Amino acid sequence: MTGIGAGLVLQLGLGALAVASALLAAPSLRSRAGGILCTLIAVTGFVTGVAALLGATGGLLIPIALPMDPLLLAPDRLGGLFMLIVSGVGILVSLYSMSSTRGPDASRTAWVAMPVFLVGMQLVPAATDSVSFLLAWEIMTLGSTVLLLADHASRATVASAGIWYSAMSQLSFFFILAGFAVLAAASGGTSFTNLQAIEPGSWAANVAFVLFLLGFGGKAELVPLHVWVPRVLPEAPSHVSAAMSGAMVKIGVYGGLLVCVRLLPDGPAWWGISIMLVGGASALYGILQASVSSDLKVLLAYSTTENMGLVFLGLGASMLLRGYDASAAADAALVAALLLAVSHAAFKSTLFLGAGAIIHATGERNLDRLGGLGARMPVTAAAFGIASLGAAAIPITSGFVAEWMLLQSLIHGGRLDGAVVSVAASVAMPLAVAVIALTAGLALLTFVKAYGIAFLARPRSAPAADAREVPPLMQLSLALGALSVLALGLLPGPIAALVANTVSSNPTAAVQSVGLGGVSLPGIGAVLDPIMLVVLSALVAIPVFVSIVVSARRHPHRTVDLPWGGGGSRARPRMQYTATSYAEPLVRVFDDVLKPSRDVQVTHVAESRYLVEKVRVEQHVSDVIETRLYRPVLNLFQRYGIVVRHVANGSIHRYLSYSFVALLIVLIVVSL
Amino acid sequence: MNAVVSAVIIAFVQVLLFVFLAPLLMGVIRQVRATVEGRAGAGIWQPWRDVRKLLAKNPVRAEGSSWMLKAGPVALMVSSLLLCVLLPLVGTIPFPCIPSDLFVIVSVMLIGVVALALVGLDGGTAFGGMGSSRHMTVAALVEPTLLLSVYALSIPAGTSTISAIVETRLFSPEVIISPVSVLALVALSIAIMAETARLPVDNPGTHLELTMLHEAMTLEASGRDLAWLEVGSWLKLAALLGLVSNLVVPWGVVTDFSALGLAIGVVSIAVKVLMLGVLLSVGEIFLAKVRLFQVPELLAGSFALAFLAVTASYLVA
Repeated sequence: MTGIGAGLVLQLGLGALAVASALLAAPSLRSRAGGILCTLIAVTGFVTGVAALLGATGGLLIPIALPMDPLLLAPDRLGGLFMLIVSGVGILVSLYSMSSTRGPDASRTAWVAMPVFLVGMQLVPAATDSVSFLLAWEIMTLGSTVLLLADHASRATVASAGIWYSAMSQLSFFFILAGFAVLAAASGGTSFTNLQAIEPGSWAANVAFVLFLLGFGGKAELVPLHVWVPRVLPEAPSHVSAAMSGAMVKIGVYGGLLVCVRLLPDGPAWWGISIMLVGGASALYGILQASVSSDLKVLLAYSTTENMGLVFLGLGASMLLRGYDASAAADAALVAALLLAVSHAAFKSTLFLGAGAIIHATGERNLDRLGGLGARMPVTAAAFGIASLGAAAIPITSGFVAEWMLLQSLIHGGRLDGAVVSVAASVAMPLAVAVIALTAGLALLTFVKAYGIAFLARPRSAPAADAREVPPLMQLSLALGALSVLALGLLPGPIAALVANTVSSNPTAAVQSVGLGGVSLPGIGAVLDPIMLVVLSALVAIPVFVSIVVSARRHPHRTVDLPWGGGGSRARPRMQYTATSYAEPLVRVFDDVLKPSRDVQVTHVAESRYLVEKVRVEQHVSDVIETRLYRPVLNLFQRYGIVVRHVANGSIHRYLSYSFVALLIVLIVVSL
Repeated sequence: MNAVVSAVIIAFVQVLLFVFLAPLLMGVIRQVRATVEGRAGAGIWQPWRDVRKLLAKNPVRAEGSSWMLKAGPVALMVSSLLLCVLLPLVGTIPFPCIPSDLFVIVSVMLIGVVALALVGLDGGTAFGGMGSSRHMTVAALVEPTLLLSVYALSIPAGTSTISAIVETRLFSPEVIISPVSVLALVALSIAIMAETARLPVDNPGTHLELTMLHEAMTLEASGRDLAWLEVGSWLKLAALLGLVSNLVVPWGVVTDFSALGLAIGVVSIAVKVLMLGVLLSVGEIFLAKVRLFQVPELLAGSFALAFLAVTASYLVA
């Protein structure tokens, strides 16, 4: 057995052990034992992923009696990369959950589901045939559904989230199953090597592409299949939301890459264009909803839709550009999409874990009731801050490098040796750049709001004022997450080169590592060296620091008890700007898209209409796609259900006559 | 001479020159405005005197304000200094590993934007939050215009490196007056006015709550904190005006290193920036600040220009 095979077997064995320990261990030991075993599962997956990424081959063959190709788990380089992403997030989440889980989150069921979820996610990228892919996919979905429902007894919203999640993930599964079925019927086999033989222009490939886009797009939270996200991610326990958003969503991305890069490469131009459209729409819609949200976890959930939109935008651009033989730009766009996925895993899981730490400390996830946590929870604040910088794509974090590479590939993609490649590309590329720029701008606002309102200023409620830093293991996990965001941002060169190996036929022509961990795109002629940028800023900062030290010695600062506030110094903390007021200008600017419902009630004093006793303002931003697209469909089903209720009223005689009629029809059809 | 050494020398000169020039530019802008309006004015050296005064004061910080009030101003200052290093102002000889790449420059500028917005929030007052919120809204809406306009300018040069763009315009000046370039420059100028909080987006001379953007965020800062915020913002304005002037009138910029060339480069960029400052100041007299909720319309207009410039350069050229 090869090393990879041994790693996969070890994961399965550890998973079984973790399930057993969750069932048998005493409640006081359950979290500790489960956390340690889950960490081991994730570490094994990490090592296996690294090996596969570096080119080790081999795997695990599971013979079955059914008349189809045997199940084979053998990750290639791309699969290895995604195993690495998933298990990296798994390590953070397992460490964190060891001390964060309490109450229903630490129940026996939850700790059984956790290893199942982790192992399922780690096996999907290892699959090399559609049956084992679908099996691992369903294990992953099952595990996450059970984890989501952990706290269903105390909150009614969890149950509703559970229904949405199950319905949407089964819809995704249905589409993926149908996609594989179409391909398998056309190629006559279930293994990926058989499926690869299909001509990308054929009708089977086109039908399968649409089905896969719907299926994987649903898992990757793309608009309009994202409706489960703002319900599920906020309601799940925070470590589960971190694993879902950081890792499980990446499996959707992996599915997209599997289809567009491995199974059906070089598809027609409309594939690339449609993926770009879906990606761009998701990016804009996601970040717009995130920027006006006041609930920290809803904000992070919508921002996931935005990031995945950008990943798919990059993927679509690379497909479009490859069709026009602009292969340098196409490779760069694909590598950028993968880097975005990697960096998103790092910063978004840290952000969700940070949100979990805030909830752990204050019990609040409404930003309007937080504030001043920076002084009370310094480690959480630092980790959340660094991850926010990553999410806002600010230099020396991982998010910046990925967005930089994506923009570079887009602005160089429209032309090949000075000639315009096509009219479609010369409209699509500037539009894509504009979408990314607006997305980046709004992301900046979103994360300044999230960090600034939660961690700076004065506490807006008593729980925020009494917050304490979380236990050491949670701090460790947060710190590891933040460090990975910085490391990915400071050393993009080696990482991008490794990533390029997974998808490009000629990786050194696409991406090279230069200088001190810097990255260079030789086909485009662009260079970025973040460490040099740090050195340069340190150099220009020296005189500023010297003058501060000198000035601080001569003129020490004076502390006063209240801020000046333009004269209104007696203002209470309640009168500070909140997250809702922070986003108010944006709600007005994008009124037509967001369609907020506003309600203003003015109560006058009894004696005079000119005096106002109180004003009550209510503003609510709902998901337009849910209310306009899903509600009508759901209402239709509900009406249909009411009608059908008369047909199936529980009478056994009626059911017997139904089956008799059915039997008659079958006999008639057969005899024809 | 070695390219790296000359790049370092030019960067050093640029930083020194712009640190000297930025307060002076502010003084000139204010003095010209005062003179045209018939006031005496405080003289062109007043900003320098203000900075000296602020650095010699004990900063006052409220209890409950965090390290952000100390670090934010420094971050803004460093980001502006970094702009002066990276932009081709005196010369176009880039650093080997960090060329003056368009996207890097925009994101370095965004560090300053974020730092200022966080300083505004840190005070925990309604004013600071209001300024911060408006500032970030404008910054978010400006970004598409900013990137697209420079994207349009980059197409003739074939690269997103700004020093290469300036060199292309220097060696083939017909590019400067092409319709694409004019459209892109108009869009870029509007974006820069919004980004640096000038009229018609923000009124730098006001302390009225309904109209403030920039000033509202600096209300809680004092002493050296305020000094860094002010100088940082001035430096950003000066550097961006320097960029626009080099894009419109690239002559005088150093492409091959020599002592004489450097002297010419320094004098020419100083003259260009100050001239543009006078122009800005006179122009602002004829403008009123637009309502906050009309700013998006202005920015959408500038975005349309930039988008037109990019597509035109693909389809026409």
